[in-house]
Amino acid sequence: MMKVIQTQELYKIYNQGQENEVRAVNKVSLEISKGEFTAIVGPSGSGKTTLLNIIGGLDAPTSGKVIIDQTPIEELKENDLINFRLHSIGFVFQSYNLIPVLNARENVGFIMLLQGMAEDEINKRVTDLLKSVGLENQMEKRPTQMSGGQQQRVAVARALASKPKFILADEPTANLDSKSTGDLLDIMEHLNKTEGTTFVFSTHDQRVIDRAHRIITLEDGKIIDDVKVN
Amino acid sequence: MVLVKIAWRNVWRNKLRSSVVMISVILGIWSGLFIMAMTLGLNEQRMSGAIDTYLSHLQIHHPKFEEDYNKNDTIVNRYELNKQLDTITRIKAYSERLVINGMAATSKGSYGVKILGIFPSQEKEVTKISQKLIAGTYLNKLKRNPMLIGAKLAHKLGVKEHAKVVLNFQDMDNNTIAVSFRVEGIFKSASSVFDQGTIFVKYQDLAQLTGLNGGIHEIAILCHKIDDTEMVKQKINTPNKIDTWAQIAPELGYAQQTMSSFIYIFMGIVLLALAFGIINTMLMAILERKHELGMLLSVGMNKRKVFVMIVLETIFLVLIAAPIGILLSYWSIYYFGIHGIDLASISQGLESLGIGSRVYTYLPLNMYFTITFMTLVVAVFSAIFPARRALKLKPAEAVKAN
Repeated sequence: MMKVIQTQELYKIYNQGQENEVRAVNKVSLEISKGEFTAIVGPSGSGKTTLLNIIGGLDAPTSGKVIIDQTPIEELKENDLINFRLHSIGFVFQSYNLIPVLNARENVGFIMLLQGMAEDEINKRVTDLLKSVGLENQMEKRPTQMSGGQQQRVAVARALASKPKFILADEPTANLDSKSTGDLLDIMEHLNKTEGTTFVFSTHDQRVIDRAHRIITLEDGKIIDDVKVN
Repeated sequence: MVLVKIAWRNVWRNKLRSSVVMISVILGIWSGLFIMAMTLGLNEQRMSGAIDTYLSHLQIHHPKFEEDYNKNDTIVNRYELNKQLDTITRIKAYSERLVINGMAATSKGSYGVKILGIFPSQEKEVTKISQKLIAGTYLNKLKRNPMLIGAKLAHKLGVKEHAKVVLNFQDMDNNTIAVSFRVEGIFKSASSVFDQGTIFVKYQDLAQLTGLNGGIHEIAILCHKIDDTEMVKQKINTPNKIDTWAQIAPELGYAQQTMSSFIYIFMGIVLLALAFGIINTMLMAILERKHELGMLLSVGMNKRKVFVMIVLETIFLVLIAAPIGILLSYWSIYYFGIHGIDLASISQGLESLGIGSRVYTYLPLNMYFTITFMTLVVAVFSAIFPARRALKLKPAEAVKAN
């Protein structure tokens, strides 16, 4: 199976060399293949979000390598890295982070506009994506007019909009109720099965862990367990 | 285009904050333009007051007359000069004068004055003293030795219409003579200095008394436009000395230059205050939207686009507010340009500067464009600092900010 994400001896050390040194990510080496539905789990402060940020190119490691689809991202310059994120990685954030002044359709289309796609193509893809997350009737609504679950579904559609190599979702269900969490997981699982979309979550939500196909457990920045679930 | 849409909608996201910025821009532009218009109006009034009252655009004298005001230094080739002046189309009117220094005396006191012997019909076309009479008539009623006197001098001498004033001066042989004149009119110009030191009498009366019949000390020329002054000066070919208004009263020209500089300094201060207002508001807007900006940077919006988006927001704010500020300024300048601003409470000070107590605002059209352009430039520059702050956000940290 093709490797989408590879990390090699990744470290993220805060206050290095000082008394209060913190190893948020401690010698993490992992590989995630295309089509995996992976949850990175662990207690608060275990380094889940830091690891996800480093994989997503939002934060730089203290040392080690991150290779995304054969591209070592630490070698990319700032603008190239931004461009790389735009075309290769989809992000879903804990607090949705939609653009409040744009409606659902515009929020999803925004990424494609940044990519320079043609308007006709954008309109078609936006409609398809919002349909796939069950929001075909909410397209003209702004984030403030939608529930948390609906907003997070828009965020998933937005993350998929750029046709990324994988989606990084940082605690995507942390602000959602059970019903919304279930709905969101159904959608993501469906996309994973039908489209082969690779998902990597950071979570400590048991409902997400229960649905994951692979569970990587972190503790104090170290991988202490990595299991595949059938 | 999507950046334009986001920037435009962001303007209306926090209506209160955007309104505060827009009101600051409106007030900034209005106060700047209005103060400019008032200052220019004051200066314009001072200049036109001086030109209409005593300066006119050009004055011709005997080359030596201004050295010691010798009565015998009359204009050379007066009649030939008159013919020349009659042919210059840019000249609206001219007035020939005798200029004698003397004393005006009544039982209440005596004061040094400049006595101007004029042809009323000519003078009327050149100066506006005939329109500034507050009592009496313009040297056309009394037969014997009529005079026009300034209100301030009349007050000092304790005279009213038809009262007698003794004028002392020297004739062409330097004999001192004292002649009784009767007040036919009292004028009040914008300049109290002029009003307390100038007396108008008929040319014939003064010429007869001084023995200067046929002689003229001064020709005051009024052009159709102030801009014609230099051109008319070049056209006159005479051995006499020709001075423009700016040469006779250089302080007026200096005042104009000073005012222009002052206006730009003042506008600079207003725009600086405006710039700090914009910087402050935009910084607040960025802090408030930190996580959103972090998200934009995370999902792949490059820094140039984030920068443009923030600058666009500021430009939109100014583009909405600037026309309102300019329209408000135009309306108030137009209104007070017609009706004037009553500054009666400081009229004494203004009159000593040769300005009336009612100030009429005036602003050339090009100044509106200049100020609008300056405001836009300031707005764009003010947006740069907050926009640069936004670019320094680290996506991983910003996206978690609340």
